Amino acid sequence: MTVLFFVLQLVTIAVVIGLLYRPLGDYLAYAFTTSKNLRVERGFYRLIGVTPESEQNWSAYLRGVLAFSAVGILLLYALQRLQQLLPFALGFPAASEHLSFNTAISFVTNTNWQSYSPDLTFGYGVQLVGLTVQNFVSAAVGLAVAVALIRGFSYRRSGTIGNFWVDLTRGVTRVLLPLSVLTALVLVATGVIQNFAGFTDVTTITGGTATIPGGPVASQEAIKLLGTNGGGFFNVNSAHPFENPNPVSSMLEIILMLAIPFALPRTFGRMVGDHRQGYAIAAVMGVLYIASASLMTWAELSSGTMEGKEQRFGIIGSTLFGTTSTITSTGAVNSMHDSFSPLAGGMAMVNMMLGEVAPGGVGSGLYGMLVVAIIAVFIAGLMVGRTPEYLGKKIGAREIKLASLYILTTPTLVLLGTALSFAIPAVRADVEGTSIWNPGLHGFGEVLYAFTSAANNNGSAFAGLTANTPWFNTALGVAMMLGRFLPIVFVLALAGSLAAQDRVPVTTGTLPTHRPQFVGLLLGVVVIVSALTYFPVLALGPLAEGLQ
Amino acid sequence: MNTFASALPGAFRKLDPRLMWRNPVMFLVEIGAVLTTAIAIAEPFTGRAPSGGAELAPSFTVGIAVWLWITVLFANLAESVAEGRGKAQAASLRQTRTSTAAHLVDGRELSSADLTLGDEVVVVAGEVIPGDGDIIEGIASVDESAITGESAPVVREFGGDRSAVTGGTRVLSDRIVVRITSKPGETFVDRMIALVEGASRQKTPNEIALNILLASLSIVFVIVVLALNPLSSYAGQPASVPVLVALLVCLIPTTIGALLSAIGIAGMDRLVQHNVLAMSGRAVEAAGDVTTLLLDKTGTITYGNRRAVEFVPVGGASETELVDAARLSSLGDPTPEGSSIVELAGGSAAMTANSTVIPFTAQTRMSGLDLADGSQVRKGASSMVIAWAGSAPDDLEPVITRISESGGTPLVVARDKQILGVVHLKDIVKEGLKERFADLRAMGIRTVMITGDNPLTAKAIAAEAGVDDFLAEATPEDKIAYIRTEQEGGNLVAMTGDGTNDAPALAQADVGVAMNTGTSAAKEAGNMVDLDSDPTKLIDIVRIGKQLLITRGSLTTFSIANDVAKYFAIIPAMFAGVFPGLAVLNIMGLHSSASAILSAIVFNALVIVFLIPLALRGVKYRAVSASSLLGRNLLIYGLGGIIAPFIGIKLIDLVVSIIPGF
Repeated sequence: MTVLFFVLQLVTIAVVIGLLYRPLGDYLAYAFTTSKNLRVERGFYRLIGVTPESEQNWSAYLRGVLAFSAVGILLLYALQRLQQLLPFALGFPAASEHLSFNTAISFVTNTNWQSYSPDLTFGYGVQLVGLTVQNFVSAAVGLAVAVALIRGFSYRRSGTIGNFWVDLTRGVTRVLLPLSVLTALVLVATGVIQNFAGFTDVTTITGGTATIPGGPVASQEAIKLLGTNGGGFFNVNSAHPFENPNPVSSMLEIILMLAIPFALPRTFGRMVGDHRQGYAIAAVMGVLYIASASLMTWAELSSGTMEGKEQRFGIIGSTLFGTTSTITSTGAVNSMHDSFSPLAGGMAMVNMMLGEVAPGGVGSGLYGMLVVAIIAVFIAGLMVGRTPEYLGKKIGAREIKLASLYILTTPTLVLLGTALSFAIPAVRADVEGTSIWNPGLHGFGEVLYAFTSAANNNGSAFAGLTANTPWFNTALGVAMMLGRFLPIVFVLALAGSLAAQDRVPVTTGTLPTHRPQFVGLLLGVVVIVSALTYFPVLALGPLAEGLQ
Repeated sequence: MNTFASALPGAFRKLDPRLMWRNPVMFLVEIGAVLTTAIAIAEPFTGRAPSGGAELAPSFTVGIAVWLWITVLFANLAESVAEGRGKAQAASLRQTRTSTAAHLVDGRELSSADLTLGDEVVVVAGEVIPGDGDIIEGIASVDESAITGESAPVVREFGGDRSAVTGGTRVLSDRIVVRITSKPGETFVDRMIALVEGASRQKTPNEIALNILLASLSIVFVIVVLALNPLSSYAGQPASVPVLVALLVCLIPTTIGALLSAIGIAGMDRLVQHNVLAMSGRAVEAAGDVTTLLLDKTGTITYGNRRAVEFVPVGGASETELVDAARLSSLGDPTPEGSSIVELAGGSAAMTANSTVIPFTAQTRMSGLDLADGSQVRKGASSMVIAWAGSAPDDLEPVITRISESGGTPLVVARDKQILGVVHLKDIVKEGLKERFADLRAMGIRTVMITGDNPLTAKAIAAEAGVDDFLAEATPEDKIAYIRTEQEGGNLVAMTGDGTNDAPALAQADVGVAMNTGTSAAKEAGNMVDLDSDPTKLIDIVRIGKQLLITRGSLTTFSIANDVAKYFAIIPAMFAGVFPGLAVLNIMGLHSSASAILSAIVFNALVIVFLIPLALRGVKYRAVSASSLLGRNLLIYGLGGIIAPFIGIKLIDLVVSIIPGF
């Protein structure tokens, strides 16, 4: 019965995502390739002094990304530090230096790791002007970088890969903003709240008093999920009834997280002029998603409890949400992952360790998957007796160097961050004394989870860890920043070197990258590369704990 | 086995870190070996550190150290064996380089080693040609067996496309004057020696890319291993250094790292076995990528000579009359076409006395015989014979058209100004080519026939041979233009050529194979030289290029796939002391922690030796589509790579577990 229930939910998700795949993917492709500009966009371009028709080379594009994000981090930092001066501060004081550092990076990198209780730390001012704005633009940056990489494949002998400012603007005006408005309305219809009421004191039926927070929840909820951000309005995130009141809203939220990442392969297929290429990438993502959801649900059904879960979602509603959230780099939760059985909690980590590619974050999922595809094509391409090529672009030393660096980045951050937490004596004392509430294997798992989540820009947490300490705020902040921007540097450089190439024509001697064979190969490479990297630490953490 | 023994000293010499660091993966193994050896020496004094909370066998560290050294040696051995195959060839080439006396035209006498560009030397029968050059006077038969291995002498003469001679070859007859075209120390033989010895071997672009990938994988695993102890010091018990080194060596792609350069050397060597010299490894790699093959019609697709296949009488002449006239007209014609007519006509080849041979000239474009009885027989190009005869029968034209359209050449035969009929000369397409072209098509390679024939004839032959496209009435300029167009579309083009006028096209092509019989200009322009001067060999070259890449890819896949089993051997062994639950991961049921780790290391070393023959021979290549090729290789090297170590490590463990203490 439970199996049937699980399958039915999974099928529902698959059907809706399948229905959205073509129209949404095609719309995204149109939004980023059309030569027409909206009036509001033209006004904005004039304001910042950009000629929308002029394209940038990869380094100019990259400078745009980095400058824009740096300004975002500084602004967000300033807003938090000056909170007491802002309107709608609800009486909250300025946040600490390390917390502000961490939160600023967290929201600009689309991670939305929250070391704090949002409803008890920030007023509406910071939430709306700072965090919500970043929810939109950080997702738009991800979209822009993905589109730039696609152009690398579709352009021939081009010195440019598009215009960052145009891509960024269109990501907000044509994709995220309209979709958020639409979905916010639907969310309100399912019962999510939307007001500016602040805190309301009420007398409960038992005669006690309670303080009920209000706020513009539905609007933030929409972009939190659509933009795979994950930073909740309330501390308990989507487990809170105001954010996620019932199974219907929960299912809707799952679909919102998956919508854009799963539609992007279609955008890719359309822009490179071969829809089959998009289907192949989407198939790899889909198989990984289904396998991961099934494994986590199986692990939780066989040994999990209802601890940390909401009655209104149950085990299946919790594991499906948990899988979706960790495998899309969203990081929202509707149950506490820390309370999952060790193996199910391990699956949440595995989802992130896959590199957030199945389907991953908005934009970042696609570009991550394409980088792995380049590695897969390189090895497999040799096996058909040609120097490797993907979509007609030769994979030479430069491309492999950049792809390898991309693949190297996050595991290095995760492993070094976790190792340093235990290797530096003073830090270790602080970690053991202050942060870890569950000593032993589980506590180790919590630290590993935190760095995995930060470096992969997921943002979800094993809630048992107290991360609002100088060490974690700083170390995780650095991990989030490097985990976001180093890969972007490599992806854009890759886009530049691919765009400059001509396209090699396809012959029967070319490795086909749209067949089930390639789907299987890419699946294998994604799994084996991450398994080889993380197997020892997983063995020490969730595996050792689960097999006790 | 003998080759292995003779390569062993070389393998030890290569342990020099200054040489090792060029191969980052194996360099890491060497560092690990040094480290483990130091610990093994120190252990009796300092005592053994426990690993993962468990005591390992007393001889464990020594065992790991020994096998790490063996791993490095095996890798060096692979390279030495590959190089050794070229050494013998280089030695015989060196003999041809012994300095000889050179007689200059101006009477001076120099040692061949002192000859420079532009010197002109006289070589007479019995002498060795002192240096590479072009004949500027005379004709001679030359024994080139020192270079080509072919014992039959070849003719080299001034002018035309057979004017190049190679230093070290011997003139058997006559006298020639040669202008030297190479600088001292840079002769063809010098380059050949460097190539077969692998001395001038530079990493190819694809090899560099693969090396980057392997180095990156190694870095990831170094980080994994470095991070392990700080983590396990909190979550469990730290592992000892030898165990960590063993884990690292098992994880980094040692198999492909050890065999990579051997694969490259063996690929070049395989070309040398085919009597082809590639001037760079890059060219061999490019050969695997070729998508368009330009082939000369004459000599490559068809036999060099056209043959008579049919007599068609016209204008009421009888077949006997025609056959008789055709035979007579060809009796004095020494060309292969002429003799093929005589052969087809049958009858004796003897010429009657007192008849005068009228030879073919470019002006008359006819040849024939003036008989003693005053009658004249002619055969030749239709327009010329018609002009000579003054009139033509009405049924001549359709016959000529029919023959031309079928790809043949019509020769009109006339006797005493009366046209009797037409001889159908036909290009004979070599046997088995159609199948080879079909193979190439399956490999994704287009074949293009280059010919000086008119488009009509070219089309018919192209259809008969089964090529994909043809270039008719081709001039050297047309060839270059065709190559450029193909390259602009992203295609890689390979071609053969021998003449000086082929040189620009050879240079333009991605793979230009010059015939050894060709001019120095052609040899200079191409990036490969075929010593046998067999244009069909282009197909073999493409095959060898592909085989090289496939071998590299397959062994990389195998190497990475191996890691899965090694994890299942080592991880439970590392941590099972602290977390007994992890013992379920020991799916191979290995005897003990120490035996599991040592077995994985031993397997890792032995697999290199087992794969040396494959690396040298190359993975088998079949002319099938890319996806079936990939499917096959993924099955063998991917799936096989996952399964093989499970079996191998288990078997080794059964042996290791007998050792006391393990």
